[in-house]
This record gives sequence, C-alpha cells and structure tokens, in this order.
Amino acid sequence: MFEILLALLIIIGAIFTLIGSFGLFKLPDFFMRLHGPTKATTLGVGAILIASALYFSFEKNTLSLHELLITLFLFITAPVSAHLMAKAAMHIKVKQLKKTQNRIE
Amino acid sequence: MLEIALELAFIMVALALILSFYRLVKGPSIPDRILALDTLYINTIALLILFGLYLGSALYFEAALLIALMGFVGTVALSKYLLRGDIME
Amino acid sequence: MSIKKILPHPILSLFLWGIWLLLNNDFSAGHIVLGFILAWIIPMFTSSFWPEKVCLKHPVTLLKFLGIVLWDILVANVTVAKLILGKTDHLQPGFLTIDLDIKHPLGISFLANTISLTPGTVSCDLSSDRKQLLVHALHIEDAAETIQEIKQRYEHPLMEVFPTC
Repeated sequence: MFEILLALLIIIGAIFTLIGSFGLFKLPDFFMRLHGPTKATTLGVGAILIASALYFSFEKNTLSLHELLITLFLFITAPVSAHLMAKAAMHIKVKQLKKTQNRIE
Repeated sequence: MLEIALELAFIMVALALILSFYRLVKGPSIPDRILALDTLYINTIALLILFGLYLGSALYFEAALLIALMGFVGTVALSKYLLRGDIME
Repeated sequence: MSIKKILPHPILSLFLWGIWLLLNNDFSAGHIVLGFILAWIIPMFTSSFWPEKVCLKHPVTLLKFLGIVLWDILVANVTVAKLILGKTDHLQPGFLTIDLDIKHPLGISFLANTISLTPGTVSCDLSSDRKQLLVHALHIEDAAETIQEIKQRYEHPLMEVFPTC
C-alpha cells in the first residue's frame, strides 16, 4: 500500500516535470513558454520530494524532513525568477504573438 | 513496484531534459535560453532526488540543495544582466 | 530591557529555528537548543539590516490563505497541463492590468508571488508607484472576471493580514 502511494507520487511528479518541459518545447512565444516550466515543474519536483521524504522517514525509520527545505525554496524562488525573466524579456522587447491581448510595445 | 516506477520516472525526466536542451540550443531569444537553463536545473534536481531514492541514500540531497541555490542565483544574475547590462552596480 | 530589544524579529527567529532543524535533519534536544540560541542571536546582531517592522494581523487568515493557495497550485498545474497538451492554436494569451488596493510592500510581494504560482498567470511588472500590477495570462476567457477573481481570492485576505502600519 505504502509502496503504491510512493510509486504514484513519483510517477505524478515525473509526468508534471515532463509536461513542463514539453510546454517549453511546444508553446509559440516567450511569455507563453514562461507558464509551462515555472508551474508544472514546481509541482513535479514537489511531488518527487514528498515521495523522497516519505520514503526516508518510513523505510529507514528516522524522521527525514529536509526535503521540505528544497520544496520551500523552490516555491519561494520560482515566482521570483519568473518575474525577473519576464521583466528582462519586456526590456529587450521579445516578440509577442500577434493575437496577444493588450500587447506591450 | 517502486523500481519500475523509478525507472519510468528516469525516462520521463530524461526526456524533459532533452526537450529543455532543445530550447536552450534553438533559442530564438536570449530570455528563452535563460528559461531553458532554469528548467534544466530544476529537472536536474528531480533527477538527483530520484537517483537518491533509487540507491536508497540521502547523500544526494546536499547536491540537489546546492543546485537549487546556484541555479536561482544564476537565473537572477543572467536576467539582471539583460535588464541593466551589468550584474553588480 | 524591553521585549523588542531582546527579540526584535520574532517571525524571523521562528523561521531561522525551523530552517536550522530542517537543514540538520535532526530533531534531537541538542540541535533544538543550539538552533534556538542561533535563532535568538542572529536577528539581534543583524537587526539594523531590517529597520522595517513586519506586523502580522490575523495569523489564522494567513494559514487559511496558504491552504487556499496550495489547493489552487494543484488545480493550476492540472489546468496548465491540459492547456499545454491541448491544441495551442485556440489559446488566447494576453496581458492584464490589476489596480492594487493593497499598500503594504510585503503584501504586494505576497500577491505577486501567489499570482505567479496559480492558474495560468505570471506577474510581469509592478508600476513604479506600486499601484498597478501587470500580469500575463496563458488563456483569457473573460479578462474582467479573471481580475475580479484574483482580487477576491487573494488580495482581500492579504489586505487583512498586512494592514498599512
């Protein structure tokens, strides 16, 4: 039962990591690409880290919560780096898709 | 059960690495490449944690934490460079 | 000595304590005491770096808010995953301008971070007078409704937690 839960968390995490990078590969303009990785990757890595914390806590019988630290760190830094990249892209006037509403010139 | 899940996860994360590497090479703009680097390091964290699970060793945690720290600093420095043409003022 | 001199930043101290324990991955008595001493001394010696006082009101609202945000991140990921896997030709990306009512700088930063973490929106720029936030959305169906939802769901609780002081 416990193993199934772990396997599920790992697979969910890996799928979301893959979808995030797939978005980076597929979407047509920079601002849209920004959405894929910064979101899907935080949940992807988050799920894998939770699986790791659970595994080391129960399998080795010692409380292991330091994975939470990476999760916390990623959740704090992901929006900050996304914001900075968006600002940089607006500064050097990266091309935006024609159909974007309220395009910034 | 866990072994199979881990192996599947390895394949998926490796695919994710390849896709972000494609964006890093292709571009077309510089922020795209920065974003690709950012994604690459987050994928690497996932890969390292998975490898730690596979070997049943907690040693890889420190490496993952360091990559998280350095990757964030790198992204910020590169974006700042684009914004100001200078990293430190 | 007043309590403010001895413990200038209680929230920061609590954070440092937690992070020390997590970094060592060891919850034994020795580390709890050592972490407590460090968490007490470091804010005291560096208090001149943080001249601004953080005042938190309604911690329960903050906890509820964090719960809502975590749930929304889960939903966000599924929504964005569906959008990415579906046909990208139908997507209608766009920029939204949100007029901010919240004044506290920490509140604004919380709001911007929350927007970046939740469904299909990334905060891109804050106007220099801190009154308008520019947000990029992956798929807009109704711009006014999206803005209204962000204000209702995230800004109102944050205004309660971080009043101007």
